Amino acid sequence: MDITALVAVASIVTAGLTIALGSIGPALGEGRAVATALSSLAQQPDAATTITRTLFVGLAMIESIAIYCFVVSMILIFANPFWNHVIAQAAGK
Amino acid sequence: MRLSPDEIIFWQHGFFKLNGTIVFTWGLMLVLAVGSKLVTRKLTTEHTRSRWQNLLEIVVTGIEKQIEDVGLQHPEKYIGFLGTLFLFVALASLCTVIPGYEPPTGSLSTTAALALCVMVAVPLFGIEDQGLRGYLKSYVEPTIIMLPFNIISELSRTLALAVRLFGNMMSGTMIIAILLTITPFLFPIAMSALGLLTGMVQAYIFSILAAVYIAAATRMRMAKPDPVPKT
Repeated sequence: MDITALVAVASIVTAGLTIALGSIGPALGEGRAVATALSSLAQQPDAATTITRTLFVGLAMIESIAIYCFVVSMILIFANPFWNHVIAQAAGK
Repeated sequence: MRLSPDEIIFWQHGFFKLNGTIVFTWGLMLVLAVGSKLVTRKLTTEHTRSRWQNLLEIVVTGIEKQIEDVGLQHPEKYIGFLGTLFLFVALASLCTVIPGYEPPTGSLSTTAALALCVMVAVPLFGIEDQGLRGYLKSYVEPTIIMLPFNIISELSRTLALAVRLFGNMMSGTMIIAILLTITPFLFPIAMSALGLLTGMVQAYIFSILAAVYIAAATRMRMAKPDPVPKT
């Protein structure tokens, strides 16, 4: 396999694996967070605004891990410097 | 596939490029500044007031209450900065209903600039509240070994703020763009609504996190427990 095909295969496979593996952890974490928030809401309904606000802040922090993986995956597909370099070399030949 | 509004060029003259991010940011600044100027021309404390004044009062008192809930004692010192952050990011996300508009927060430049503003504002508020020595002393709490970790956490918080907002906005616009090529009619509307929701939540998160960081920098003095009286 020449270098162009190698870079392409590595980028595509890594992009897919990044987003696939990277969304498992945050999804599990968010599920646990919401479950705990629901049980605390059931125990203390008058603290609902504080619990809801803290829940949303916590969810955003957990979500940002998945967002990092998504950004890496997008960079690999659309703004890949290795691919650009290899394409420039192939075009220059 | 366009990754950010940086790539829409409206006008170019040599090195100086007027790209989509700059133009949309100027549009938002114009709307916010002119809108609030028009509304606050005739402020009144009478019972009958214009509905726009009511709207602004709801927004301002809501933000003040949120800032107080985070733990900052004098919200009027911080509401200029935090309120502007929230309103800018919220309006940037809300205007996606306008066709042809792309949120400038979908570009890493804008979110990095906002995160750098927060990174500069936190020490400024901390020094204003605690003095230079007091603020610098907070970096060696609880022990001197924590100094590199505190510095690293300062930098990584800023990076996380920038990438979180950028990733959320960019993924929203990109998902809609991809879906428009696959199922052009009904599904992109649902994803647009979801994008609006996440945009609002991210605006709230950005300003609340900035408020929490400022509270952490200014609250060290009050967080010290009272000395136990020796009986």
